[in-house]
Amino acid sequence: MNIDHLVSMANDISNFFDGEVGEQEAHTSVALHISRYWDPRMRQQIIAHAAIGGEGLCKSALEAVRALPPPPLRDVGATRGSNG
Amino acid sequence: MYALNHHDHGTPAVHGAPVTLSIDGADVTVPAGTSVMRAAAAAGGAIPKLCATNTLKSFGSCRVCMVEIEGQRGFPASCTTLVAPGMKVKTDSERLKKLRSGIVELYLSDHPQADAAGDRSELRQVAKKLGLGSTTRYGEDGQTHLEACKDESNPYFTFDPAACIVCSRCVRACNEVQGTFALTVQGRGFDSRIVASQDDGFKESECVSCGACVESCPTGALTEKSLQIAGQPAEAIKTTCAYCGVGCSFTAEVKDQQVVRMVPDRDGGANRGHACVKGRFAYGYATHADRITRPMIRAKITDPWREVSWDEAFEYAASEFRRIQEKYGRYSVGGITSSRCTNEEAFLVQKLVRAALGTNNVDTCARVCHSPTGYGLKNTMGESAGTQNFDSITRCDVILVIGANPTDGHPVFGSRMKRRLREGAKLIVADPREIDLVRSPHVQADYHLQLRPGTNVALLNCLAHVVVTEGLVNEKFVAERCEPGPLQRWKDFVSQPKNSPEVMESVTGVPARLVRGAARLYATGGNGAIYYGLGVTEHSQGSTAVMGIAQLAMATGNLGREGVGVNPLRGQNNVQGSCDMGSFPHELSGYRHLSDEATRQSFEKDWGVTLDPEPGLRIPNMLEAALEGSFKALYVEGEDPAQSDPNTQHVTAGLAAMECVVVQDLFLNETAKYAHVFFPGSSFLEKDGTFTNAERRIALVRKIMEPLGGLADWEVTVRFAKALGYEGMNYTHPSEIMDEIARLTPTFTGVSFEKLEREGSIQWPCNGAAPQGTPTMHVGEFVRGKGRFFITEYVPTQEKVNAKFPLILTTGRILSQYNVGAQTRRTPNVAWHDEDRLEIHPHDAEERGIANQDWVGVASRAGTTVLRACITEKVQPGVVYTTFHFPESGANVITTENSDWATNCPEYKVTAVQVSKVHQPSQWQKRHAEMDRKQKELLRRARAQAGPA
Repeated sequence: MNIDHLVSMANDISNFFDGEVGEQEAHTSVALHISRYWDPRMRQQIIAHAAIGGEGLCKSALEAVRALPPPPLRDVGATRGSNG
Repeated sequence: MYALNHHDHGTPAVHGAPVTLSIDGADVTVPAGTSVMRAAAAAGGAIPKLCATNTLKSFGSCRVCMVEIEGQRGFPASCTTLVAPGMKVKTDSERLKKLRSGIVELYLSDHPQADAAGDRSELRQVAKKLGLGSTTRYGEDGQTHLEACKDESNPYFTFDPAACIVCSRCVRACNEVQGTFALTVQGRGFDSRIVASQDDGFKESECVSCGACVESCPTGALTEKSLQIAGQPAEAIKTTCAYCGVGCSFTAEVKDQQVVRMVPDRDGGANRGHACVKGRFAYGYATHADRITRPMIRAKITDPWREVSWDEAFEYAASEFRRIQEKYGRYSVGGITSSRCTNEEAFLVQKLVRAALGTNNVDTCARVCHSPTGYGLKNTMGESAGTQNFDSITRCDVILVIGANPTDGHPVFGSRMKRRLREGAKLIVADPREIDLVRSPHVQADYHLQLRPGTNVALLNCLAHVVVTEGLVNEKFVAERCEPGPLQRWKDFVSQPKNSPEVMESVTGVPARLVRGAARLYATGGNGAIYYGLGVTEHSQGSTAVMGIAQLAMATGNLGREGVGVNPLRGQNNVQGSCDMGSFPHELSGYRHLSDEATRQSFEKDWGVTLDPEPGLRIPNMLEAALEGSFKALYVEGEDPAQSDPNTQHVTAGLAAMECVVVQDLFLNETAKYAHVFFPGSSFLEKDGTFTNAERRIALVRKIMEPLGGLADWEVTVRFAKALGYEGMNYTHPSEIMDEIARLTPTFTGVSFEKLEREGSIQWPCNGAAPQGTPTMHVGEFVRGKGRFFITEYVPTQEKVNAKFPLILTTGRILSQYNVGAQTRRTPNVAWHDEDRLEIHPHDAEERGIANQDWVGVASRAGTTVLRACITEKVQPGVVYTTFHFPESGANVITTENSDWATNCPEYKVTAVQVSKVHQPSQWQKRHAEMDRKQKELLRRARAQAGPA
């Protein structure tokens, strides 16, 4: 995924929650939103970006991403949902 | 001519206190205000009539319906005479018969021996009952209108003045039902004749080809061409339209498994007997020569297609998906449903993706239109859907239309809205363009807030500012029904001076006095209802704007009863349904998040699989992941992202980067040109299932003919899932799929095909709490309990005009075409709109030396395309507008990746562009034309090799 795009998306989410709950508290809501709506590989990518400084991320976005738990590892091989 | 099963009681039904009268010696009780004609019908009789019909107000011109009323002189027309207590009416007598015969004989003396309606002509039926033949005592001499020329300009119907009796039903239908006022009676006496506009012929007139006049015609003077060609139908089958989100109910009149005509269902809950040019007439695409009816496969998109059996196609697609998952991982594949799918089909596609492929990478067409509606309304009120039914408009006092163009996008509902406006309701329109509603016959907006594109949230905050600071909040309502803390924070926020109309005027471009006037009107004018469309959602603050709308409605108490509400005008026939069915990467059916363990477990138990609790990829994320190399296979049913999604070059690059694209569709659409497997899809005429319209109304779609490809769409998905190794789809009929949906989805527990057959349609939620469905939501309390207010800070879009791109492009739809045009471009509707054009204000055109019809280049930072210019003052200076119905116009080549912060719904409505006069197509258009030519050649070769079907 294009990291600039992910940064832009995270900032857009932060813009909303900065207004809704204030910049000090927004990171919790931003983190929740990202957890609920972003695919794990997108979360992984933005977490890795934040880990090396998070260039471009606004304050609450950076705080939110740093608070995200590591997403689950994704299978490399073919597995379908069926248990049978 | 009305439908085969139409019962015409002569005049419209009314409500009122009971009145008892005597008709032909028998007592009958009807509501006060009922006509004697209708009372007679209620008593089991039928007074002959020609100008009266129960869809229109009575007119009293033909006099055929005269009756005798004790104590009254003469022979009053029963259609215009209202019942009175104790009235004694005689509907039949020798005197009446003689008078009626005299009138009808005069009509027949100036009528062709045969007309298009044949035995179904009401004139001939009345004549027969009176014992009259087609010849009269007046002979062949004398003046007649039999030599009058037919008007065959409309592609769908003929007007034969020779067969016209100037009963004016058509004029009244155009006025009262459609609201276009295109027809009139020109001349007087014997010279009276029906004309369209200034006698322009139907096609060139203001007629919008809704067909209401054709249906109301009692003589066949106005008749469908299809009826004239095919002859009278043999059976009638009720079904639901596959075009817009109104979801009109139709009776398909059928002969030998072919549609002869589509007649709107009088009992249709959504449309109440009306239709538009698309639903009524534009169904021919279903049997167009472009239909692909045999499965095809190919290894590379540059290879010729090879027609194969269904088994081989499923085997190939499944083996490719498995290979790709083996190589790139489980999450490298996904699927897209669409509103072309029925509820059952959409449910199966997301089930295939989740259960058979083991990923949540499934998304739907709502991503690019109303996904912000789902987010915004869910968070404020607790449910991802509109609050009312369409009938609610009849009780509106103030209608606020934001970012919608109902007369083009939802024409049948647009007509109902216009009827309410003619009755006296007030209208506020918030739109950058002067849409038809702003000023049309007998309708004028009280306020047109002509805001700059991208400033919806600013405007909504201004409206809220007025409501709060001028003490117009419905304090009782909000105290009872809304969370107090967030409410107070919101009040404090919108009250800030920065949100005042005066301060925001320079941002929105709307004069403060207009904003204040509109806000006061909405808040204090009675029942206020908001109708909104993609002009709200397709923005970077789409979800925020939806919240703003819901909050305006909550603050003014305009929720929880008829006549009010928040009404998203869903664009497509089953976009609501595809969302309801869990086609989103983060939700299961009924809008329940994957993280909800109890919900997930119920599906796991039913499906026999373990489901991934993590959200999957949305469509734009799928394409980005494809370019990055981690998403390699896609199953697309009925959607065409290569034409409908923004930044076309980005989309096609993403598709081209995949190794297996499976398209299930009717035609070789833009996305199919990048496909490796083609599953022939079915039109709505070839399927059983349900659609859910913008009112949450679930209605049956019934099969008229067998699927041309040999398999129904739901069967294709089941077989594909089986080929993938998943055995959990064992159905014999779509009704069983709905039973599973009902089992798993709390808002659908009371829904079944059996109930739908009985009730006609049901609005969800339909469950134990609401066994008959829910026309009006949030009665008493919101679905989430208390309504929730959010701070809707205005954040300007990143898409800014500058010296290089000084204009803003916004997009929309037109009446005669639909969505990407795949259906309507293959019908005679192209007669009205055969290409997308760029609307540009005269000032902007003059600055650039552009004349009407000139070819102009439209360039943005995403790309360039070329369109023909249409100079109009409907757009304001600085704004240009186009539609997206033709792939070669490349409207989405220039739209960008900007999207709504919450849902990634593309910001189609705000793109910074420059427009300049050009003399050749754009580079993209040249490449597209070449790609199109090559792909069509590959298809042609496949068909030639395979031979006839």
